[in-house]
Formats: sequence, C-alpha cells, structure tokens
Amino acid sequence: MLTLDKIYVNYGAINALKSISCQVGKGEIVALIGANGAGKTTILNAISGIVPMFSGTVTFLDETISGIPPHEIVKRGISQVPEGRRVFANMSVLENLEMGAYIRNDKSAILEEIDQVFTRFPRLFERKKQMAKTLSGGEQQMLAMGRALMSRPKLLLLDEPSMGLAPMLVEQIFSIIQEINANGTTVMLVEQNANMALSIAHRAYVLETGEVVLQGPAKELAANPDVRKAYLGE
Amino acid sequence: MGDYFQLLLGNLNPYYLQILVNIGIGIILALGLNVITGLTGQLSLGHAAFMSIGAFTSAVLTIRFNMPFSVNLILTGFITAGVAAIIGLPILRLTGDYLAICTLGFAEIVKVVFLNLDITNGALGLSVPAPNSTIPLPIIVWTIVVLMIICVSFIHSSRFGRALMAIRGDEIAAEAMGINVTLYKVQSFALGSFIAGVGGGLYAHFMGYINPSDFGFLKSVDILSMVVLGGLGSITGSVVGATILSAAPEFLRFMASYRMLVYGGLLVSMMIFRPNGLMGGISFTSLILRAVGRKPHMKSLMEQKSTEILRSGNGDT
Repeated sequence: MLTLDKIYVNYGAINALKSISCQVGKGEIVALIGANGAGKTTILNAISGIVPMFSGTVTFLDETISGIPPHEIVKRGISQVPEGRRVFANMSVLENLEMGAYIRNDKSAILEEIDQVFTRFPRLFERKKQMAKTLSGGEQQMLAMGRALMSRPKLLLLDEPSMGLAPMLVEQIFSIIQEINANGTTVMLVEQNANMALSIAHRAYVLETGEVVLQGPAKELAANPDVRKAYLGE
Repeated sequence: MGDYFQLLLGNLNPYYLQILVNIGIGIILALGLNVITGLTGQLSLGHAAFMSIGAFTSAVLTIRFNMPFSVNLILTGFITAGVAAIIGLPILRLTGDYLAICTLGFAEIVKVVFLNLDITNGALGLSVPAPNSTIPLPIIVWTIVVLMIICVSFIHSSRFGRALMAIRGDEIAAEAMGINVTLYKVQSFALGSFIAGVGGGLYAHFMGYINPSDFGFLKSVDILSMVVLGGLGSITGSVVGATILSAAPEFLRFMASYRMLVYGGLLVSMMIFRPNGLMGGISFTSLILRAVGRKPHMKSLMEQKSTEILRSGNGDT
C-alpha cells in the first residue's frame, strides 16, 4: 500500500534520514520504534509532505506522492495525527471534528461520520461543546484521532499517541487503535513506548540515527534480545 | 436622489458628520485588518501601506480619468488586493514576529516610493477632487461600512473562514486537515487589503488631500489597536474598537494636551481588564440568536442526531 524507497531528509547540514526504505501493507499496523532523534517523526512528516525530502520516492496505492503538497496528500487518503495532538484549541470538539472533514463535501455523510466518532469516543460526545483546550491530555488525543478519522483515511499516521498519558489511558488508546485497524484502516505508528507498540503492531521497524537497523514481525522483534535491552528496559 | 440625501445630511452638524465619516472609514480599515490578523492570525504592521496604495490609486483614477466613484472604488480594491497578493506570496511564508517586521518594512518601502513618484506628486502630496458621484460621501461611506460588515460576517461563517480560523489555531494541523495553507493565507491577505484599499480610497476623497507621510507606522498601529481593543477575530469588536478609537480623540478634545494621555490610559486599562478585547467571544449573531432563543445551526442538528447515541450509550452502562 505504502512504499518508501531510499528516503533522505536533511535538516540543514544534518542528515535526519539516511536511505530509509520500508513498506506498509493494506490492513497492517506497522510500528516505528527508536530513541529520541532517531528520525521516527521525520519519516511520518516526509510521508505527509510536511517535511521536504532530499531524495527518494514515496509510493501510495501505485502513485508517487513524494513532492506533492501536504493538502493534496490528505486527499489521496493519508491522514496524520501530529505529535503533541495539535487540536484546534479555540474550537469546540464538534468544530474540530468538522475541520477534520474539511476536504469532504457530503454533509449528511459527515454527520454520520461524526456520530461514528462519538460512538467510538463517548467521552468526546460528553464534551462536544467544550473548547478543545479545556480537554485533558487523553481526551485531546482521542479528539486528534477522531479528527484524523473524519477524512476517512485509508492510511492513518499516528505520531506518539501515548505521549504524556497515564498508563491506563495508554492502554485504552492502543485498544482503540486496534479497533480502528480492525475496521479496515491501515495504521502506521510512531512510538517511544516500544512495549505497547510491539504488542499491537503486526510488523515493526527499529530506527537508529536516521537508519533502519532492524525490521520484522513485531513478535520477533519483541523477543529479540537486542531490542529488549535497548528499548524494552531489560 | 442626490438632493434628497443632501437634505438628509443638511440637518447634521458638519463637525459631527466629519466624526461619523471618520468612524466609518476606521471601521472599514479595522474590518480589513481583522480578516488578516484577527481571523487568520497573521500579524501585519503594514496595513496603512495598503490603505495608502488604495488612497493614491483612487485619487489618481479620479484626477486622470474622472472615473465614476463606484467603478473607481472597485478597481482600487482589486489593484490593492493584487499588490497584496504579490507581496503576500513570499512574505506569508514567515510567521509571527518575522512577518510583522516584514510588513513593517514593506510599509516603509511603499511610503518612500510614493514620496518619490511624480504621479503622486512626491512629498507635496495630492489634492483630491470631489468624487464623481451624486450621492454625498458620508452616505457612500456608511453604505460601504454596512456592506463590508455583511461580507466579512459571511466570510467568518463560511467554509473559507473556518479554514482561516484553523490556520490561526495551528498551521501544521490545518495543513494536516487538507487545507492549502499558503494559498488561503495569501487570499485572506489580499481580501483584507482589498478592504483597506477601498477604505483608503474613501479616506482620500473625504480628506481632499493626501500625503504619503499620513500612512506611516503610526497609522498601522492605530488600525491594529482598533482590532486588538475590540477583540481579535470579532467583527463586533472591530466595529466597537474602531468607533471608540476614532471618536475618542475628538471627544477628549476638551482635555487639550492631556488628550493623548487619556487615550493611552484607555488602551492600557482596556488590555488589563479585558485582555481578549472588549468584544472577545461575544458576537452580534450569538446575542441575537440567544435573544430569539435559537441555537446556531450545525449544533442543533448535531444534538438531534447524537441523542440516539447517548441513549444507546446509556443503555450499555
């Protein structure tokens, strides 16, 4: 579904990504794990077009999408939940969801979609008129995910969904990610919390300073002694 | 028809009439900046530059071509918007303070250019003949005020306006929603400048004499204070802010030299007691809707729909 071929991204003189190649298959959950500064977020930003690539190609559904501006990439069916949630603080929960459907025009279908998001996140329904800035961290994460789902993406890019959340909420968010995936949305996930990420992902890539050092089925990686030592705290 | 209007205005004290027109032009300028700074969140310190482009364009159109005033104003607006789009394309990539400095620099350039052009009569300034129209200027000004308020309100509640608000909220998130941020920023900049250009054209014909130095940094700050005082992003706020700040120097005239002191104090205390602006979070529409007892459209629709979920949700627990 999504193929990254030898991606290079530079921030000034720094090579943030060095020849990254990876694939995401339809219906998969693929996790990118690695330490701070390994380039996980940069990969997502390169896919969604927020960060320009130096070289390499990204192919999505047999179409090259590298070099296309971000708003066009959203229309192709890739939706990103940015790091740190980035909800529209001064808009209500409902307005945030409406913004998520910005590229769509079918009003009645959008209303249904909002209903679906509310079914999935009942907490958002309770808070639908509240300003997004008054929500707790977990609720904001739910809102950011709901907002991203509003564009009916084929591929959902999640950047650190567990950031700053209590362990119980993290589990809740991850089970929701699995549910979303089970409903047919492919998920690419960036996580510091390697344990959680590997427990729900089908496959994973381990990044170190801008390079893929390990890849494979998530279960194998979770059993790999090197990974356990470096990322799972053993 | 012109005679009838003249008769209507004839009963008004010319001094008050002048203040009224000043207020009207102030409102138009504030509405323009409100689109750029209030709605889209792009801080501009060069709004007076677009006003001056409008003023000189409109003046030249009247002097050289004696164009009908309505055509003149529309053309002026489009020319100003065109200049804004050309300038906006490179500088709107910047954000916050950097953008503000850039617009400030642009305003200075415009001033110097007008000070040295022959067609604008350089530093001597231009005297502007009466507009080619039978309707008296005060009526024109206030008609345009009403039109602009309606237009800007429409933009606020439109899909386009929503996108602009999203850009103000978070540019990266807006981009992730599929909004073409650069295009929308340039459009809003051009739109705000269109309004500023029309305001400038009215100003030129109302004053009868314009000089490039009238449109300096202080004028830009004046307009910005109107918008900030009223409340960023609030149309009602811009109207109230522009009214207060345009009228205050006149009504405070009895204090003679202490006038500007009070004016400054007014600004400072306003920012302390109402940091979101006088009308921050309040709008005419919501006030009227509340009075009538109706709720804004989308939300009431949602309520109906989602009660079903609420019921099924309650059933589970």
